[in-house]
Amino acid sequence: MPGTITDDIEIIDAGRGGGTDVPSGGDDDGDGHGGGGLPAIPQRAYFTAIQLALAGIVMFFMALTSSFLVRKGLGDDWVSFTLPRILWANTLILLASSGAIQFARARLRSGDTQGFRRWWAITTALGALFLVGQFAAWRQLAAQGVFLVTNPSSSFFYLLTALHGLHLLGGIVALLYVTYRPWQRSRITQSTAADLVSIYWHFMDGLWIFLFALLYLGR
Amino acid sequence: MVTHESGGHHHPPTGFIRKYIFSVDHKVIGIQYYFLALFSVFLGMTLSLLMRIHLVWPAAKLPFTPGGVMTPEQYLALVTMHGTIMVFMVLTTAPQSGFGNYILPIQIGAEDMAFPVLNMLSFWVTFVSLMVMVTAFFVTGGAPISGWTAYPTLSALGQITGPGQGAGQTLWVIGLGIFCVASLLGALNFITTTIDLRAKGMTFGRLPLTVWAWLITAVLALLAFGVLLAACILLLLDRTAGTSFFIPGGLVVTDTPITWHKGGSPLLWQHLFWFFGHPEVYIAILPGMGVASHVLSTFSRKPVFGYRAMVGAMCAIGFLGFCVWGHHMFISGMSPYSAFAFSLMTMTIGVPSAIKTFNWLGTLWGAQIRFTTAMLFALGFVSLFVTGGLSGLFLAQPSLDLYLHDTYFVVAHFHLIMGVAAIFGIFSATYFWYPKMFGRMLNESIGRLHFWITFVGVYCIFMPMHFLGLAGHPRRYADLTGVNFLAPLHAVHYFITISAMVVITMQLLFLFNFFYSMKAGKIAGDNPYEATTLEWAIPSPPPFDNFAGQVPVVYRGAYEFGVPGAHADFIPQHLVPAKAGRSH
Amino acid sequence: MHRKISEKGSAAIAFCLALIIVAFTVITVYMFAAKSWWFPPAISAFGTQIDAQFHRTLVITGIVFVLAQLGLAWVIFRYRDQGRKVEFFEGNSTLEFVWTVATVVLFVGLGLYGEHAWAEAHFQGAAPGALQVEITGQQFAWNFRYAGPDGKWGQTKPELVSASSGNPLGLDPRDPAAKDDIVSPTMYVPEGREVEVLIRTQDVTHSFYVRELRLKQDAVPGMVIHMHFNATVPGEYEIACAELCGLGHYRMRSFLYVVSQADYDKWIRDQEAALQ
Repeated sequence: MPGTITDDIEIIDAGRGGGTDVPSGGDDDGDGHGGGGLPAIPQRAYFTAIQLALAGIVMFFMALTSSFLVRKGLGDDWVSFTLPRILWANTLILLASSGAIQFARARLRSGDTQGFRRWWAITTALGALFLVGQFAAWRQLAAQGVFLVTNPSSSFFYLLTALHGLHLLGGIVALLYVTYRPWQRSRITQSTAADLVSIYWHFMDGLWIFLFALLYLGR
Repeated sequence: MVTHESGGHHHPPTGFIRKYIFSVDHKVIGIQYYFLALFSVFLGMTLSLLMRIHLVWPAAKLPFTPGGVMTPEQYLALVTMHGTIMVFMVLTTAPQSGFGNYILPIQIGAEDMAFPVLNMLSFWVTFVSLMVMVTAFFVTGGAPISGWTAYPTLSALGQITGPGQGAGQTLWVIGLGIFCVASLLGALNFITTTIDLRAKGMTFGRLPLTVWAWLITAVLALLAFGVLLAACILLLLDRTAGTSFFIPGGLVVTDTPITWHKGGSPLLWQHLFWFFGHPEVYIAILPGMGVASHVLSTFSRKPVFGYRAMVGAMCAIGFLGFCVWGHHMFISGMSPYSAFAFSLMTMTIGVPSAIKTFNWLGTLWGAQIRFTTAMLFALGFVSLFVTGGLSGLFLAQPSLDLYLHDTYFVVAHFHLIMGVAAIFGIFSATYFWYPKMFGRMLNESIGRLHFWITFVGVYCIFMPMHFLGLAGHPRRYADLTGVNFLAPLHAVHYFITISAMVVITMQLLFLFNFFYSMKAGKIAGDNPYEATTLEWAIPSPPPFDNFAGQVPVVYRGAYEFGVPGAHADFIPQHLVPAKAGRSH
Repeated sequence: MHRKISEKGSAAIAFCLALIIVAFTVITVYMFAAKSWWFPPAISAFGTQIDAQFHRTLVITGIVFVLAQLGLAWVIFRYRDQGRKVEFFEGNSTLEFVWTVATVVLFVGLGLYGEHAWAEAHFQGAAPGALQVEITGQQFAWNFRYAGPDGKWGQTKPELVSASSGNPLGLDPRDPAAKDDIVSPTMYVPEGREVEVLIRTQDVTHSFYVRELRLKQDAVPGMVIHMHFNATVPGEYEIACAELCGLGHYRMRSFLYVVSQADYDKWIRDQEAALQ
């Protein structure tokens, strides 16, 4: 049987393989935990990872969304309730925080550390405010006698807001991490970290708008 | 060997805890995963042995069954835990998280996984998940009795539907949810590592098929486990908070009306579960396909037949794997029209599987086969894959499923294809890479004995189950006296149980070999098989950072065996072209 | 490493493995041909149709099975290490194309062929004038309800369900339509008559399964699922539960009696008399 063989090429660099283009950000002397330093990796790996993480999160929320639609379509017990008005305010707050994080990144790029820190802190505060606002919405609903088990519509409301809030809380932790991380001893650069967090943050913003639309239109 | 200076080298950790317990080294984590799977597989086998004994000698006094004789609920608890532990803690963990972790970074020329701390976290979260699940045995009511598929409402209504459906089922759901998180973290790490950490010259077209298999498996895991996690959260809320996602109204359990639930859909769980569950089947078997392809080529001393077709077939299986979940639900009350579509998609997924089989035979054609134990298990894998795969063509047809669904025919099918074939992949990988991992060869004589008994034995266990299924024997029956038509089938059950006892006992041979060879095995050397991929370019066991700061450059594909005109019958991937001989 | 295994040893292993695979293949084919453990005879035209499709599938997969296993055994024995040079090739696009197309045609064709029986069972409703029987699963028993002379199903209420006091379905005694409803722990149908079953459950998922009818259907909480059959061979047939439903799953069975129209009428009269 005849076979075809591709010729060996002297040096092929077609792959995105690492090696040469690794910035020497890797610390040689460990990170203070007993000398177990990690090998350096290209910064683009962090961007790959965040995209993959978002893909996983999309699947998670898509499963819940289809459950929402199926449950609403199948059951004859769906009772709609008025969404608390504070959600609109919360949405504006979250949108504003997305704007703030863009300002922060712009400041970082132009080397304005002070400005970056200020806008970064504003983003964090707005994020925290959003969570407080979501909690307030829960309190309002509870005051109206609408609880998790009241109706599938309220079950989904509490569940989706809680899971989104949990993810956003992770975003706030990441924001704080970027604020307090000592970059000189890290294999991820500050600008990469800021970019990653902002990608995640914008995504959480978009996810909220999607969920809000789902909850609003699918009441 | 031409190498590259990497950005800087780093030092291994010193203390015992950082080195062996909370290690961030992918090799240590890989071995940790492997040991977790090894513990789980012996636990899972013990459970199945107890089940087999109970079916044939229902009055037997067994250990671990309070009161001596096994009750139906204890039997079903074993069914549930056997399935859950085998599927998640063995078939998902050993081939992917275990060997993938250890071998993948080395095969692509990386010093470690992209995110070593995350990697460590994945393992420990998996460990917690196993602990939570095993705890279910020890709570009031015992382990859950709803099977590894946990269909509501049996799994959702709590203690009232049966023992084990209280705290045991809750722990099961929580444990499974935790496992989902661990798998998602692991999948993210695997994909990032493969995309961004390949050595210079390691293009996608030169990746070993093992790496392709692990990559595709990780993509499936990333997309599937999030869905299972969502399902677990919904089920947990139904169980503990009183919501009604899966529980409809108007139910009456043993004369007690269930008034606090209404409107939910049990089929919703089935859709979510199988949307995850079918890709999960491929998560279990794809790494085995990768290992089989790799080992077959290495010991055939020939390139893989149709490398591109092999990769294409795995991608097709991965993609189609997300389109066929409905074939688990033909008789579930799902729309019969969608059954039609799911059936055709399922028949289609048989095509890439058949392509792989043809290509394995093509790889062997014209070979000079070296019969190492790893090779024997890879050949066994092919045989089992064919046998187990073909029975899928029956079950993919909804009309035949009307008779065969939930019978032992299904049990035979998925054990052969997903259970035993995948386990043969794991065994092949173990015999193949053990020398790299521990620096010594496994004993080949014991290994061959282990293979003969296991290969013949698993066929003796699972082939007869087809006939139980054809006779209409429903699965998950705790006792054979409840239905008259099972009476003529006792002899078959008897044969299966005896076979299972022999096979399971003989796995102790493997266990002995595994630990004995660590101390007494023959020293392996760097490249005992004259193999081509990068893991054989470094010492056995590899140094802390795999390549001692000298990352190799890759010049060719992964399977350059028997190249005409070359100096040797194998050309390592990292060998500079000048040394390889007059290349075609 | 491979030098350890002498050529003779290699031949022995190759021979043994090939022999095992051949022996296993022969035994398997024999077992499927001998039919020592097999389907019970079908009792409906539909069942016969299923059996035909099963045999078609068995023949096709059987041929593929034998060819693949014997091919594997052959290459194992033929291409054992004899110290020769390998035949070097890395693939063959024509072959890949041929066997891909061949499997597509074979597998998808087989699937399409089999859809006919499924369509008959599910896409068409029961024939007009079919006898209606409601089947209810509960842990761990089946109950069969006949609408009685008025042809109407009486109302049921969850709070009235009491298997211990003889009202397993919770029939509402205040509903006149419920008064003549016959509830039986076994199922009687006249031979040769189209029967429509309404399958439901009170608690967890069960599955109504009669081997001889080649029929299985999950009973899903919150759903009523319609199936139909026409049994033509009188006799007593076991009904089993095929979906895990709890600790008594294995003993959740009942009987289907296919009887002559006269015997069926008599049975109905007896049941009605017992209701009075």
